[in-house]
Amino acid sequence: MSPTQPRRAAVLGGNRIPFARSNSAYAQASNQDMLTATLDGLVARFGLQGRQVGEVVAGAVLKHARDFNLTRESVLGSRLSAATPAYDVQQACGTGLEATVLVANKIALGQIESGIAGGVDTTSDAPLAVGDDLRRALIALNNAKTLGQRLKALGRIRPGSLVPEIPRNAEPRTGLAMGEHQAITAREWGIGREEQDELTVRSHRNLAAAYERGFLDDLVTPYLGLTRDQNLRPDTTVEKLARLKPVFGTDDPAATMTAGNSTPLSDGASAVLLSSDEWAAEHGLPVLAHLVDAQTAAVDYVHGGEGLLMAPAYAVPVLLARNGLTLQDFDFYEIHEAFASTVLATLKAWEDPAFCKERLGLDAPLGPIDRSKLNVNGSSLAAGHPFAATGGRIVASLAKQLHEAGPGRRGLISVCAAGGQGVVAILES
Amino acid sequence: MSDWYTSFANSGVGSSLVQQLGLPRPAVLRRYEPGQPVLPGPAVVGSAGEGRLRETLTAVLRDAGVVVLPPSADGPERPAAVVLDATGVTGPAQLAAARDLLAPAVRRLRPTGRVLVLADPPADARSPAQAAARQALEGLVRSLAKELRAGSTANLVYVPEGAEASVASPVLFFLSGRSAYVDGQVLTVSPADVPGAGDDEGDDERPLAGKVAVVTGAARGIGAAIARVVARDGAHVVAVDVPAAGEALAAVANEVGGTAFQLDITAPDAAQRLVTHLRERHGGVDVVVHNAGITRDKLLVNMDAARWDAVMAVNLQAQLDLTQALLDADGVLRPGARVVAVSSQSGIAGNRGQTNYAASKAGVIGMVRAWAPAFAERGATINAVAPGFIVTEMTARMPFGTREVGARINSLQQGGLPVDVAETIAWLAQPGTAGVNGQVVRVCGQSMLGA
Repeated sequence: MSPTQPRRAAVLGGNRIPFARSNSAYAQASNQDMLTATLDGLVARFGLQGRQVGEVVAGAVLKHARDFNLTRESVLGSRLSAATPAYDVQQACGTGLEATVLVANKIALGQIESGIAGGVDTTSDAPLAVGDDLRRALIALNNAKTLGQRLKALGRIRPGSLVPEIPRNAEPRTGLAMGEHQAITAREWGIGREEQDELTVRSHRNLAAAYERGFLDDLVTPYLGLTRDQNLRPDTTVEKLARLKPVFGTDDPAATMTAGNSTPLSDGASAVLLSSDEWAAEHGLPVLAHLVDAQTAAVDYVHGGEGLLMAPAYAVPVLLARNGLTLQDFDFYEIHEAFASTVLATLKAWEDPAFCKERLGLDAPLGPIDRSKLNVNGSSLAAGHPFAATGGRIVASLAKQLHEAGPGRRGLISVCAAGGQGVVAILES
Repeated sequence: MSDWYTSFANSGVGSSLVQQLGLPRPAVLRRYEPGQPVLPGPAVVGSAGEGRLRETLTAVLRDAGVVVLPPSADGPERPAAVVLDATGVTGPAQLAAARDLLAPAVRRLRPTGRVLVLADPPADARSPAQAAARQALEGLVRSLAKELRAGSTANLVYVPEGAEASVASPVLFFLSGRSAYVDGQVLTVSPADVPGAGDDEGDDERPLAGKVAVVTGAARGIGAAIARVVARDGAHVVAVDVPAAGEALAAVANEVGGTAFQLDITAPDAAQRLVTHLRERHGGVDVVVHNAGITRDKLLVNMDAARWDAVMAVNLQAQLDLTQALLDADGVLRPGARVVAVSSQSGIAGNRGQTNYAASKAGVIGMVRAWAPAFAERGATINAVAPGFIVTEMTARMPFGTREVGARINSLQQGGLPVDVAETIAWLAQPGTAGVNGQVVRVCGQSMLGA
């Protein structure tokens, strides 16, 4: 096919496994196990056994050395044709959405006709590494030629060297956990405890209702005995959440962020099937939505005085301007709930004239959104947040929601990511 | 899940031990495999009186590659089947002719042989004597089925005037390994526009090629076996089960090259979702197998509403609702559609502790009989299959004694396998089985329960 005018890639559907809490149902599953199972569920849903799709793009945030070529290895273990190419990407919590954008762009350019985007993460089977002291001693031992050299190398090992390096959910450049960073942002924006807990309750209720009405029947495939997201608490209330003690920013007596209104460490995987309209028609698969456009942004949270998770606030106005839209021109908003306060700070920033003028360079604020259109089927606070799997969860769920609402409906996705990054996108039915 | 006793009784040591103790020695049944001939040997074809089907039968068997022997044949090759055209039986006196024909051939019948009798339906008889003679054949066939050993079966097909074209498919089914666990059954065919009879349109190995088949309860057990057999016969399987069974369902769908559709068939919008899915993804459906079923056993006096309602909702109401929705949805149920509903031996015989289950399964029989004429008008069929004791994960959990007794009290002295139920369903789904409508086929090895 010769280069042509770009076309919009279609979202045909998705699959994910229920998200599990860390060290629980999926404690024995590896990234590759979960991604393979997720691909196989997608294959079963769309009858792709032995079929070759143009490309499979996925990734994981926490990777073992053995996760070399993770996506391709997962494809080889799946029921897809072994002739399906694949590659890994990693953009922290933006991985899943970025993978979707990459697949969609190749489809838009006519380089592929179909593709699968996904992501997986495990915090249970996290890669433990030996510390630097032990590593150096072991290398010396390996290089030793005489008994004396060997004994000397072994003699360098101290009990303290045997403690493995456990990966931390912390920013390498600041040493602060993501929650600590967000606590700073929440304080700066004056995000209260009660509004965070209210948003959390809505997330749980919306996800529970989505399960009840069968909305997730063709989005989720059970795995290892888990049939629903393990973190989901359908009966949680603001009163129950109010009893939790703050866990981040606790140096401040008025700390607001708790284990309830922050996402837990979780395990899981997701995948989305995309294609050209022609490929979809050929295979008898209805198109749920098209990916209209996407944008990334990054902020200097180290020295620039911006919050770690505020990059989507910058990405969205660029995306809106390019597409001639206002923030109010959407039927649904999917703002990833890394923390309840992340969503609230982002919304508040868009309503703030000073922020919009000084930081975003806008004449007028983007303004408020209709909160009843926000995360209508729940989001990460209820479902959990296996980092790289969240983008795929959101894309498939929003595409289905838009399809149900009818043609011409528009949805906005906003995902914040470690390293001060953000990935945002527009879907339209 | 294998039948350990049958394996044991057919092993070297087991065989002599079982014989010395005078225990039953269940045979290894002849089950269908692709590429297998209809019969492992010749068939004796004869008639009692002036029958009208002998030529049809001979032609059907020869087309299927079966060597046909006359009743008088007593060559070295033992017959694998005896087929009797009893449409010439006009009164009790002619029944002796049936005996005369059957006795010598049955004596020489090979292991896993087949006896098949075809007759006119008693209901169409012109005199009480004629009706009596036709009905008498049921007693003869059912008793003979109990006398046969070594995995052989006997069955009866009633063929009304004008339904001659409908006999080919049932005849080949009953003679083949597909009917391994169907024994002592009586089937009535009806006149129908049978496609593919004798022409080379049909692919014998893949009779369901190009068809779309929905199988509910497909994640495990009998449903998974149905998905496998229907897919083996060429159909694209839409495997349906509750979302909670999705992991096993996806595995079945991937195994058979079909698609998984997670759906709680008792949800208020289930029928509409199924219709929409079939229309959008497949443009319609050819075969619907209502297999999903649950048990919630309790004695009637201890039965709570939850147990009663759950069983009715899944086993009966969902079958009614889904079928009605498919009938109502314009063009979704394609011409020549086949609906097969799974009933149960419990629905025929009743079973202690299963008032809810047996009621639902008897209801299924009422449903297919009532719907059959409307289906016939569309060139479609609706039938029920009633499994007897089928060896599944569910029966593996039964207490040893109950399970072993349950498995032996039938003419084949063993439990059936899920594939036996699946083969019968796949046969009813074939285009050539157009003349079988509103019937209940038991897959029970001629169980003594409800016989």
